[in-house]
Amino acid sequence: MEEFHHALKFKYELCIGCSHCTGVCPTAAIHVQNGKPILDPNRCIDCGRCYLSCPVNAIYIDQDDFKTIYNYKYPVLLVPSFFSAQFQERISNKAILSAFYHLGFKKVYEVERSVNLLKEKYNEMNENEDTDKPIISSFCPAIVRLIQVKYPSLVSNISRIKPPLDLTALFIKKSLTNEGIPSEDIGIFYVTPCAAKIAAIKSPVGEDKSVIDGVINMNYMYNKVLRTIKQGEYKLVEDEDDFHTLSNESILFALTTGEVRLLDRGRNLAIDEVHNVSDFLEKLENEDIDNIDFLELRACDESCAGGILCAGNRFLIAERQRKRVTKNKPIVQTDQMSDYVDYLNENMTVGPVLPRSMDKLDDDISIAMRKMKKSFEINAHLPQVDCRICGYQTCKELANAIVNQNADLNQCVFIQRTLEQSDKLTTTEAIKVTKKVWGDKKIDKNTLKNLNLE
Amino acid sequence: MNFTFSVEGGDFTNAGAASSHVKKMMKQLGVDNGIIKRTVVALYEAEVNIVAHAYNGQIVVDIEEDKIYIKLEDEGPGIPDISQAMQKGYSTASPKVREMGFGAGMGLPNMKANADILNVVSEVNKGTVVEITNFFNAQ
Repeated sequence: MEEFHHALKFKYELCIGCSHCTGVCPTAAIHVQNGKPILDPNRCIDCGRCYLSCPVNAIYIDQDDFKTIYNYKYPVLLVPSFFSAQFQERISNKAILSAFYHLGFKKVYEVERSVNLLKEKYNEMNENEDTDKPIISSFCPAIVRLIQVKYPSLVSNISRIKPPLDLTALFIKKSLTNEGIPSEDIGIFYVTPCAAKIAAIKSPVGEDKSVIDGVINMNYMYNKVLRTIKQGEYKLVEDEDDFHTLSNESILFALTTGEVRLLDRGRNLAIDEVHNVSDFLEKLENEDIDNIDFLELRACDESCAGGILCAGNRFLIAERQRKRVTKNKPIVQTDQMSDYVDYLNENMTVGPVLPRSMDKLDDDISIAMRKMKKSFEINAHLPQVDCRICGYQTCKELANAIVNQNADLNQCVFIQRTLEQSDKLTTTEAIKVTKKVWGDKKIDKNTLKNLNLE
Repeated sequence: MNFTFSVEGGDFTNAGAASSHVKKMMKQLGVDNGIIKRTVVALYEAEVNIVAHAYNGQIVVDIEEDKIYIKLEDEGPGIPDISQAMQKGYSTASPKVREMGFGAGMGLPNMKANADILNVVSEVNKGTVVEITNFFNAQ
């Protein structure tokens, strides 16, 4: 099985081994060993809940070196519309655009400018009798991966329409080359609000290669732009050109209900936050729910406004986006995107998304059967406290790890106590086991010497 | 591997617990997604039937390497004419019930469509036994 690319990485030198990341993961992809988190690359969906839970910022999002933009004679920036919504209102779009130019970009586009084109496609798809219903949006890459690993029976429901990012990037590449700029000079850089988008670009699902040449983290870009503006060394552009010319639907696209509002007919539902989505998909798989046409599912609370790399509060970002709509004077886009409708329509879909179930205990069903039996048996003896002291998210996960010979039963502190009572395990042995999970430091007997308990 | 679930008549909020559990087990075994789907649909339908019509019931699931066998046994009104109930669109539901969108007469036919082997035995005023068998090697 081809490996997922993951943008989430651990800085082990900063990690204090608290296991908060293990606790919040929606796919139980992280366990603790020797005091450090270990990521299962086949389970991780890059949703970034771990990144948000880390108290010491020991998780980071791998991005391309900013300097790579200088490898291109014509670096172009693709920025989500809510990028500007992170700033205080007094910072003008002109200033933001000027800062981008100052940093070296030749042209800047908002990602959602292809949403107008998508609208028709969305409605066509939703009204097509032959598609598997409900159609699940493919917009959020963390959700696509969640379905692949956890709800494989629903992969055929995932929409095959490309997200606005890919279409806008295709348009840019095509229109700029038509203007006479050599294709190899054009470098398309995307400012990402999350890790999942990076992962989707580095190893696309249902596609061979992405059109994006490099990815820059949103918080990094926010800092760079704000610093440029504060230092005032940039040259202010005279007009915004077509930087902020999105339609209202495009502005709202990345917020919750952004896709649902494009649809004219049918029963369409929007759900945000990965655990909420999981609960819903669980029900959907059980055929508990029917007659839904379209599901907009997003991994972050408040959708992309809550992207893990956004600077600032998600509710404030969403509010500013909505405010932009009330003030918006939609300008007819002057970017000749309409000239490229046929080209973009031809390139609007991707191949099917394939399942990659993480639950399977073994490829051989009789071995899987044996393991499952054993796992149930073990789990029945575990305390169901889900305390994570064994290093796993839940008692059930520990039981599965034991049958896969990745863990020992006596990693459970309750089992340790039980065995110690009947002299089947010595305290020294128990300490050794615990140190194997948590490292030497956490239960080093010398550390208490300096603590005055009086 | 055997599992038993009890079902209480009228408790719609907890209907689906058995199918949810069965689904998780089949995923762990790596059973084909299509077969999981069929099994879950058939079982869910049968589970809801108990909740809707019977006083209480018991579900026994026996999962093996090559097949899953599910037996749903209830104490309830029973089905007077099973062959009739097996026909698509046949329903004993009153017009009032149908008006609400229930009683379309798809329960048993839907189960049948999603089970490799379906057995239904019933005694009026006593109860119904439904047996579902699905094989893991797609035919």
